[in-house]
Amino acid sequence: MRGLFKGDGGLSVLSSLVAVIAGLLVGLVVLLLTDASQAFPAFINILTAGFQSIRNFGEVLYFATPIILTGLSVGFAMKTGLFNIGAAGQFTFGAYVAVLIGVQATFLPPPVRLLVSLLAAMLAGALWGAIPGLLKAFRNVHEVISCIMTNWIGIFLVNWLILNTIFDAERNSTMRVPAAANMPGLGLGEFFQGDAIRPSSVNSGILIAILTAIVVYIILEKTKFGYELKACGFNQDAAKYAGISEKRNIVLSMMISGAIAGLGGALHFLSGAGITMNVANVLSSEGFTGISVALLGLNNPIGIIFGGLLIAYLHLGGFQMQVFGFVPEIIEIVTAVIIYFCAFVLLVKMMLTRAAQKSAAQKPPDGAGPPDSNKEGGQG
Amino acid sequence: MAGLYITTLYFVMQQTFFFTIPLLIVALGGMFSERAGIVNIALEGKMLLGAFTSIFFINQVQNSGAALDGHALLLVALLVAAATGVIAGLFHAYATISLNANQIISGVAINMFAPAFAIYIARIFGDTQQVFFTNNFRIESVPFFGSIPFIGPLFFQNTYFTTYLGFVILAVSTFVIYRTKFGLRLRACGEHPHAADSVGVNVYKIRYAGVLISGALAGMGGLIFIIPTAVAFNATVSGYGFLALAVLIFGAWRPQRILFAAFFFGLLQAVAAGHSGIAFLRDLRIPMQFYQMVPFVATLVVLAITSTKSTKNAAPKAVGQPYDKGTR
Repeated sequence: MRGLFKGDGGLSVLSSLVAVIAGLLVGLVVLLLTDASQAFPAFINILTAGFQSIRNFGEVLYFATPIILTGLSVGFAMKTGLFNIGAAGQFTFGAYVAVLIGVQATFLPPPVRLLVSLLAAMLAGALWGAIPGLLKAFRNVHEVISCIMTNWIGIFLVNWLILNTIFDAERNSTMRVPAAANMPGLGLGEFFQGDAIRPSSVNSGILIAILTAIVVYIILEKTKFGYELKACGFNQDAAKYAGISEKRNIVLSMMISGAIAGLGGALHFLSGAGITMNVANVLSSEGFTGISVALLGLNNPIGIIFGGLLIAYLHLGGFQMQVFGFVPEIIEIVTAVIIYFCAFVLLVKMMLTRAAQKSAAQKPPDGAGPPDSNKEGGQG
Repeated sequence: MAGLYITTLYFVMQQTFFFTIPLLIVALGGMFSERAGIVNIALEGKMLLGAFTSIFFINQVQNSGAALDGHALLLVALLVAAATGVIAGLFHAYATISLNANQIISGVAINMFAPAFAIYIARIFGDTQQVFFTNNFRIESVPFFGSIPFIGPLFFQNTYFTTYLGFVILAVSTFVIYRTKFGLRLRACGEHPHAADSVGVNVYKIRYAGVLISGALAGMGGLIFIIPTAVAFNATVSGYGFLALAVLIFGAWRPQRILFAAFFFGLLQAVAAGHSGIAFLRDLRIPMQFYQMVPFVATLVVLAITSTKSTKNAAPKAVGQPYDKGTR
């Protein structure tokens, strides 16, 4: 446990955990206020649902797929100093293009069509991300504001496009993509079926999500390009002084971020689970959940995988809330509280640091290391 | 034929007010927060929470058969909405001002919390997430003014007292921002908090006030938006909080221009909502979604034009930056 306190990384993970625990505690209080007799069984169910059966765990992986990608989208931009609150719009735009190709490009054999769908979704997401990127780079418009605008423009534009291309009036949503042009299951659904009647909805999308996280990690940590992007994020002027084209990097960064979110949209709606895009004036929740995933994952691509799994895990617990007479939205409340606490993650860190310093000061060194090393860890 | 056009004009104008007034009030709320230096993307969430608690209150009172009804009920409901907005604002203020938290993230959290909370509470008390209310608040025609030819049907028929309240709030806001000591201090905190601090202004207090006023106005705006445009509250204010944010930016953070922006965007909303019922708009064959898009596109264009040079239309300088006394 001592080791965890050493170094900044461990402390950050700990502050993320504090945020999650705070969110869960608020959730518990809400449950207690609603119906005290059922609160504890329901709460325990939230904590255990994902591991109750192998199929449940498969569902966690399925729910995690799109939000890992939107999380990566937000986290990648954050690493380069940009707050991509526009993942919702990029996600929707990518999803639309993917479904459009899946439904209409019947001249392509299904596996090719799927590949084209995914690539086109990334391109669409990148284009939608490029708008705030260009505005930021060349017109100094804050990306949060322009992303909010592009989110809503995206919703209305996609609604209009759906109505004029692949609209199924009976279900007020897009037509279904034929099974062969969806993401292949690779037997994952059956593997995670367990003794359940239906196979799990998990599919090869989760593998793409994890692969994307690894690619993002490599780009950011192991390439010169990634270094330049991060340099712009740390200090734009210094990066410029060092000969890095900060304008180009801002645009590229937003485009990559958008492409990842667009891919998330494609994987979500080509999952083969039978969901279609509705025509509604509502922002996709996956885009905003991506923000919480990125925050929990500390913007680290590998951390984001776990952040996505965690949020998906909670959501699965939420679906079962009705069994106990509760409303599933309790999980949204918990998630919102987690985000709220993530907002002052720095403060949590500071408090933890102080606590660590205090305990180090009170207890004499236990021989595991010289007192200096403890102090150093506390300050980190 | 001319008679048909004139009734259409009356209809569109009356509808426009239903959208303009909430946008105006919520954007003015945003102004108080942002001119004090705190970004407020949580307008949507605060609107939604205010609308929820106040409609829920109206629903309970109406079902209980209490004597409170009509305009008295609406007035009390407005106070409920404002109080809700203030509470939501307290959370935003505490995180962003007292704890120097990221203002965007705190806003996202509130926006996420609001619909979940509304659905959760609504479904505990009822079977659906919808909260119904009986609209006893409409004014068919304002006495005397309503009977003035032309002006009457344009401004004083098929209306709500909240419409006039909106203009009162506009007048008061303008006065407070430009003509009072508090307003001057508020603006100073948004432009150069260190300078304000150096002459003895308590930046934290002023910023708290800005965010709380913002919450109260956003909460009221939520109720004022729902009453004329819906028969039930369904855990959403349809993105009007974000539209109000666009109004705020399009209105260059200044009250009179915010009124103009709110009217322009409100008109577009009225056209989008009712264009199939208006003959000559139907003939234009412009899809509804384009009317819905225009406000956001227009805001982007304005931002692209104004953000680089002219300081006249620019955002408050210190908006989004936590105030740290130590860096003075």
